[in-house]
Amino acid sequence: MSIEPNAEQPLPKANRMNAMAGPIAATGQQSASTETMTSVPDHLLQKHRRLDRMFELATKFFALLVLAVLAAIILSLFVGSLPAMKKFGFEFLVNTEWNPVTEQFSALAPMVGTLLTSLIALLIGIPVSFGIAMFLTEMSPPWMRRPLGTAIELLAAVPSIIYGMWGLFVFAPVFSEYVQPLLTNVLGPLPLIGALFRGPPIGIGVLSAGIILAIMVIPFITAVTRDVFEIVPSVLKESAYALGSTTWEVVWNIVLPYTKTGVVGGIMLGLGRALGETMAVTFVIGNAHKINVSLMMPGNSIASTLANEFTEAVGDLYTSALIELGLLLFIITFIVLSLSKLLLMQLSKQEGQKT
Amino acid sequence: MSAVLQTALPQTGSKPTTRTKIKVNDLNFYYGSFHALKHVNLEIPEGKVTAFIGPSGCGKSTLLRTFNRIYTLYPHQGARGEILIDGENVLSPKQDVNRLRAKVGMVFQKPTPFPMSIFDNIAFGVNLYESLSGRAMEERVEWALRKAALWEEVRDKLRQSGMSLSGGQQQRLCIARGIAVKPEILLLDEPASALDPISTARIEELVQELKNDYTIVIVTHNMQQAARVSDFTAYMYLGELMEFGVTDEIFIKPKRKETEDYITGRFG
Repeated sequence: MSIEPNAEQPLPKANRMNAMAGPIAATGQQSASTETMTSVPDHLLQKHRRLDRMFELATKFFALLVLAVLAAIILSLFVGSLPAMKKFGFEFLVNTEWNPVTEQFSALAPMVGTLLTSLIALLIGIPVSFGIAMFLTEMSPPWMRRPLGTAIELLAAVPSIIYGMWGLFVFAPVFSEYVQPLLTNVLGPLPLIGALFRGPPIGIGVLSAGIILAIMVIPFITAVTRDVFEIVPSVLKESAYALGSTTWEVVWNIVLPYTKTGVVGGIMLGLGRALGETMAVTFVIGNAHKINVSLMMPGNSIASTLANEFTEAVGDLYTSALIELGLLLFIITFIVLSLSKLLLMQLSKQEGQKT
Repeated sequence: MSAVLQTALPQTGSKPTTRTKIKVNDLNFYYGSFHALKHVNLEIPEGKVTAFIGPSGCGKSTLLRTFNRIYTLYPHQGARGEILIDGENVLSPKQDVNRLRAKVGMVFQKPTPFPMSIFDNIAFGVNLYESLSGRAMEERVEWALRKAALWEEVRDKLRQSGMSLSGGQQQRLCIARGIAVKPEILLLDEPASALDPISTARIEELVQELKNDYTIVIVTHNMQQAARVSDFTAYMYLGELMEFGVTDEIFIKPKRKETEDYITGRFG
């Protein structure tokens, strides 16, 4: 080759320049090669700058698109629910009546159902997920880790309709036959919480929906919790073990505080799924617009109401009431997410100031 | 020259007053199928500083990690042989590891403050073994921090996160945490390797002061450090204990050619 090793120009760049100016280099080698090495042609630089600018605009466009879609959804929900808002006003939130024939609608029963089923799901799901994640990261023999982890991830991939079917045809009969009588007998006589567990053992109801939801959120919470547990530096855990801590003490006092942001994130992911879950809940919750003290009784959630009644909604007011329910679900989710952020801020305050 | 008077341990025992705290008998260690420690025999005297030196991968940290059985956290790691602490074989399955670790504290290469306040960092270990009243706990925390020469720097910010301290302070916090549970032995695994020279000097001073109350075993890759802080030195190479004796002797007139080569920097 005719290229002289040049102290100023790094060689790879010179080569690239030659490749770009292919035809020129091929024909008028001697003179062209010295010229191309000294500077990048202006038009190429401009082209690069233009491309870069276009790329930046494109990414900005997509990012803003998310905001636009979000705004559009909120706006259409709001506009759609205006007729119901005008008719029922604040009463919509505090009444439990839902009667399509007389066109009386209100949201309290499905709102309570949504929050209650999600609460049950978290009460069951969080400890179980925590235990699974703790076992997988701290105690499991290595050969079990991969198959168990994969099984958890597969559980997350099961479509919700299958959970619903399984819940209705398999879980509910077993639950009503064996578990509900037991709960009624054991917990029913207790003061205060006893009332929650008294009721007919019919298999479907708020409690069943909560349990099915728990099974559905466990894979989410577990997967995230396990992942964040795994990033805890082993030397940090070792130093806690070296003080003589048990595995429980290490996980509870060191690993959990260290990973709290991730764990709360995982719980929120699960809660998000529980709040919005439609099909599985619709199958097992019983779909009754009532608020009962007993968790054994049928209830309703916002999502299951929407799924059940959208096809039957005749008349503007009925549709509008359903859309307002959708808006409420949106708002509830938003509030829950904000609360979790507040919780995280509170937690980091407890840990001590970082300066 | 005191070094000449003191003949090398463990063969004869230099000072009759010095008891053996840790006695290692024919110890072998395996990482899976890799034979990391080969037939190590060693007697570590009580109330002294013993340093383990040697090139990377020679097994000095591995040896240290057998003393509190921290290696048992990991599957596929195993030790064979005997380690007698006060005459009790700590490798025996009957040994309660939590009790062992209460007696044998450890400080690691990198500072590892727990994600909690400075006060709680110290109180955490104490709470595992004792239930102290609020006042007694405050006293214990202050005592540990004073011992670790950290009290003056943190007395006004005990409620701040342990992670807000500088690297050297964090390491002294870890030492304070280790001594707060009142162990008998302190294992230091390259405690100053991540620190600047001034912090290193403070840690070394601290080791000198602490040896009055504790048996200290320190792993270091810094030979000057070993010479400065230790009373006894063990030179290890490829999983074998090459030479063990009074530090001055090891550094001034080692018995083995390999030790001399390493110490004089001809190799390693």
